[in-house]
Amino acid sequence: MGLTSLIKSKLVSPALEEHVNRIQKPIGSLGYDPWGYNNEAIKYGFGLLKPIYERYFRVQAYGVEQIPSEGPVLIIANHSGQLPIDGLLIGYALASRKENPRIPRAMIERFFPTVPWLGNLLNEVGAVLGDPVNCAKMLANNEAVIVFPEGIRGSGKLYHDRYELKRFGNGFMHLAMKYKAPIVPVGVVGCEETIPAIANIKPLAKALGVPYVPVALPMVLPAKVHLNFGPPMYFDDREIPEEQVTERVEAVKAEINRLIDKGLSERTRLF
Amino acid sequence: MGKHRRPHILVTGAAGALAQQVISRLKEDCDLVAIDFREQVYLGDDIPSYCIDFNKRVFEDLFRRYEFDGVIHLGRIQSSELTRMRRYNANVLGTQKLLDLSHKYGVHRVVVLSTYHVYGAVAYNPALIDESAPLKSAGLSADLIDSVELENLANIYLWRYPDLNITILRPCNIVGPGVRNSISTLLAGQNAPVLAGFSPMMQFIHIDDMADAIVKTYQKPTRGIFNVAPEDWVACQHALKLAGCRRIPIPSVPPIIPTVILRALKLRRFPSYLMAFFKYPVVIDGRAFAKEFNFKPKRPLKEIFRFYRDNKEPV
Repeated sequence: MGLTSLIKSKLVSPALEEHVNRIQKPIGSLGYDPWGYNNEAIKYGFGLLKPIYERYFRVQAYGVEQIPSEGPVLIIANHSGQLPIDGLLIGYALASRKENPRIPRAMIERFFPTVPWLGNLLNEVGAVLGDPVNCAKMLANNEAVIVFPEGIRGSGKLYHDRYELKRFGNGFMHLAMKYKAPIVPVGVVGCEETIPAIANIKPLAKALGVPYVPVALPMVLPAKVHLNFGPPMYFDDREIPEEQVTERVEAVKAEINRLIDKGLSERTRLF
Repeated sequence: MGKHRRPHILVTGAAGALAQQVISRLKEDCDLVAIDFREQVYLGDDIPSYCIDFNKRVFEDLFRRYEFDGVIHLGRIQSSELTRMRRYNANVLGTQKLLDLSHKYGVHRVVVLSTYHVYGAVAYNPALIDESAPLKSAGLSADLIDSVELENLANIYLWRYPDLNITILRPCNIVGPGVRNSISTLLAGQNAPVLAGFSPMMQFIHIDDMADAIVKTYQKPTRGIFNVAPEDWVACQHALKLAGCRRIPIPSVPPIIPTVILRALKLRRFPSYLMAFFKYPVVIDGRAFAKEFNFKPKRPLKEIFRFYRDNKEPV
């Protein structure tokens, strides 16, 4: 107990504790929700991430106030950088905003739940297995959900493909339409430079059962990260053919591209 | 018989704590007959109690003699009991016999107790699984096949004989005083093996609440399949900690290591075929049941774990 309280006193300031307690989440009597989010763990996560967000990546977040303060919302972003750092930074930006902070949920790769410790840890800070049923039930619970429609195509891309959007799946659009959830597009600039990979060792990835094994420096570089949040996009829930759903997805993709270009033009140096 | 004939109900699994709780709630207003394949239990002078195998011919005599209106089938043999073959005979063939006789003798309400284990524990399970999700368990462990088969059978009868008014309940972990299933034994022990690095979300329902749920189900003849779980969740290792168990980690990767260790140890409270349930979450959505049967569990998780913490078995 002594050690736990010492760590807590170092990591979790009273202001942070109060900030997190202010954010109402539908949780059970022991602080958990059905997906494994834990109200205590999030405080440690928050405390750990604060210096990483503010000092290591020196994140500049523009327009985060455009995310609605309540109700279901899908936060759609470009994915990059081998590790889900982009998801953590977007989550922190929303959770730490002064007005109406929210703790969003990030949909993660199907591979994570099979990894000991890491899988549970990610669940405790709000990450959830990327399954359409999970996403649907969370939107029904009025959660803000971060989705990277590129999936591993995005996170595993090599450095020479940086800022080139890969194919977007249509699943998020169907869910946004069904649950009348606005879509907030986000352009992430900087995460491509955190772990630049020059190749992917596919046979090793297959042997290990992981999505990819990048050839990269064994460290995360302190690239400066720019997050540009766009205005919410609303789509009606009319029954439309898949072709038109794809057109809507392309509209979101175009907006993300615009936000990435904005971030790239604002960026004065990589680090 | 008279104008106000009290309902006659057959309750199976009478030696179990849950059946006894259900019986104590129903005995005021109903005439009960209790049976169990394991042992004959004394439940008071006014409740006939039998030790009987469903597959024996004398079983039919009970239906002739007592003219049952309803059947509450709680006598599913758990996977930790008997051999696979005997369990299959009792759970699948025995249940078939029970349902056939219920149909033949005009029973008009049947409640069958199943388990959330039928969904199967896999890494890709979404949370809040609802009743229409596929039952993956049979493909994952041969020891859980009979549980899935029992459900399939009850399902077939549910549609073929609507007059039986079958309701199948899939509860989460039933725990509390007197419960002898694997999870309850695990919580009651001093030491609890855990898979290193895995602490899936779990749901627990107190035996009193579950007994209430069964009685409510019996009283409202809505046919169908329902999950039964409170809207409260806890990580497995946190639950063991609250129950005062000393957690002993077993190496979890590669998966063959814990399988070999658990098969060698043959622990009743942590059988190897339930290993996946201590690794991946199977979180069920009990809201449909709560709404349809106006059910709200009364015992909070903290109270459940306090009971186990205060009642540790002697070393």
